[in-house]
Amino acid sequence: MLLIDTEACIGCGLCEDNCPFDAIHVVDGKAVVNDSCTLCGTCVDHCEVAALAIERDESEAIDLAAWSGIWVFAEYRGGKVAQVTNELLGVGTELAAQRGVKLAAVLLCDQSGDVPQQLIAAGADIVYTVEDPALADFSDDAYGNALEDLARKYKPEVILAGATAIGRSFIPRVATSLVTGLTADCTNLAIGDDGHLHQTRPAFGGNIMATIMCPKHRPQMATVRPMVMKANTPDPGRQGEIIVETIAPVRLQSRARVVRTVFSEGEQLNLSEADVVVAGGRGLDTREGFKLVEELATLLDGAVGASRAAVDSGWVGYPHQVGQTGKTVASKLYVACGISGAIQHVIGMKSSEIIVAINRDPKATIFDVADYGVVGDLFEILPRVIEKIKERRS
Amino acid sequence: MRIVVCIKQVPDAKDVRLDPVTNTLSREGVKSVINPYDRHAMEEGVRLKEQYGGTVTVISMGPPQAKAILSEAISCGVDDAFLVSDRAFAGSDTLATTYTLAQAIKKSGAVDLVLCGKQATDGDTAQVGPGLAARLDMPYVTCVKKISAVEDQLMRVERMMDDGYDEVEIDLPALLTVVKEINVPRFPSLRGLRKAKAFDIPSYSAADIDADPDQLGLGGSPTWVVKVFPPECKGERSMIEGSLEEIADKLAGILSDSAYGA
Repeated sequence: MLLIDTEACIGCGLCEDNCPFDAIHVVDGKAVVNDSCTLCGTCVDHCEVAALAIERDESEAIDLAAWSGIWVFAEYRGGKVAQVTNELLGVGTELAAQRGVKLAAVLLCDQSGDVPQQLIAAGADIVYTVEDPALADFSDDAYGNALEDLARKYKPEVILAGATAIGRSFIPRVATSLVTGLTADCTNLAIGDDGHLHQTRPAFGGNIMATIMCPKHRPQMATVRPMVMKANTPDPGRQGEIIVETIAPVRLQSRARVVRTVFSEGEQLNLSEADVVVAGGRGLDTREGFKLVEELATLLDGAVGASRAAVDSGWVGYPHQVGQTGKTVASKLYVACGISGAIQHVIGMKSSEIIVAINRDPKATIFDVADYGVVGDLFEILPRVIEKIKERRS
Repeated sequence: MRIVVCIKQVPDAKDVRLDPVTNTLSREGVKSVINPYDRHAMEEGVRLKEQYGGTVTVISMGPPQAKAILSEAISCGVDDAFLVSDRAFAGSDTLATTYTLAQAIKKSGAVDLVLCGKQATDGDTAQVGPGLAARLDMPYVTCVKKISAVEDQLMRVERMMDDGYDEVEIDLPALLTVVKEINVPRFPSLRGLRKAKAFDIPSYSAADIDADPDQLGLGGSPTWVVKVFPPECKGERSMIEGSLEEIADKLAGILSDSAYGA
């Protein structure tokens, strides 16, 4: 529970101002907490007189030292290693160096071919490979049991996976079976002075960042958004160890089986890899208004992006959504039109090289991440800009 | 078929804003609503019941105010609803949440199908559905965009993937998490509203669901939030000002140079 030291409390109201849940108020000069409190700890962080604390069980739960090594789940589908796996091996290299341990990749597949060597080239010191026909298609049961069994056998201190359709589906199951913590969609990972993994992600609807730890359980597990971490430059001559593992057949039986896979080749939108993205948000007002964004994107040979507000309004489909719950882009040019700039969106585009923001509200937070900002009316500005670009090109 | 749908009360995303002065969340006047993805789970449950028979029970874990969304669920066609609410649940991360929900579901009787939204818009973790399935020892499929067939002890569904979709056959009982593409949720009906008005939503405590206190709330949560801070700013930006012509001119230059190379 939240402990309030009424002697120390000076009734300044910082806790009240910062509570994301409207759960703490100053009454008669002292902080008082109500039933909406979720014990998130925001007030404790903001209190300048140390009058607030959260009571936690500080006893040691398990033998943390028995768990060692950084693991990356190597996502392999349709004959390809997912790019996010290389990115995880990039950040994993740093984490392993900080902890003075080895970096391992776990590859679950039906035929590994030269994939283990690719993973070593990308930074893995060890590759644990399980080859079995039951692992040909992704299955929560088989993949979950295999990773769980390997984790119990080798006891890694950290397991990372991409926050992809596959990672987001089966990793929570593994964390639950191992009775440990899992942090979703991390945007930053670091080893703290305390030796624990500090996992940072947007929280409370995405408008604030939270750093999360798993201090008394192992492994520490996290999923990481694609395009956020930096991959190592592949080194084909790099040496590593390949360990072939087998999993008990009963553990590879699936109660959910893939009957057919449909790859959406033609219509697949390569938003994540586009050099230019023109994105629109609530400020476009209507589906008609959103067409201006599409026109500018076509003119610049770019892809169309959107904020959650625009997608929820039905102006454009979900595959165009950029942000925490959509795609992450790292384009050369990102044009944000009528997007307010909630961190939920910003997370998905802030790695872009040049960010141009157009918004009628001078206080819109999108300007905080922009390189160029224009305060004004999109419906006046965009048509003129489109004309002028056409003139320049002709 | 007995269907249980898990729903969560979340702040209406449209209303949550960052206060530009204090850089903190401004929740003034923010309404609480049913998590948008959960609406689709509810709707799918009601549609399955209408087609194949059975009952739909909606449950939520949350503060007493969450009764409002359960009442709304009744007005949208579900048969039964209950709340699990206890101060002991405060501070739950997804592991403690799935424990609590699993206890509540087990206590409510045998289930053929559990439906959840793919994630809640406040936490955005997408971890509760899969974690709950693990707790209930059920097979599951996440991000379902279509239920294409229901047979005896079997379902066929389409799962959204990053590069297309998978058709998956799953044994029942099972858990599915659904995406918005699966259906268009209905509005409350007059009959539903009348039923909701007369329906007294029961609330169960930790003791009522036979929960182990050590697995609840903050104590049952392996993850700790140790720091919260506002997102960083880029800092150096140049604002383009002037007449409409001047702005359009400069902007066209910046966009062309960046997009086509200077």
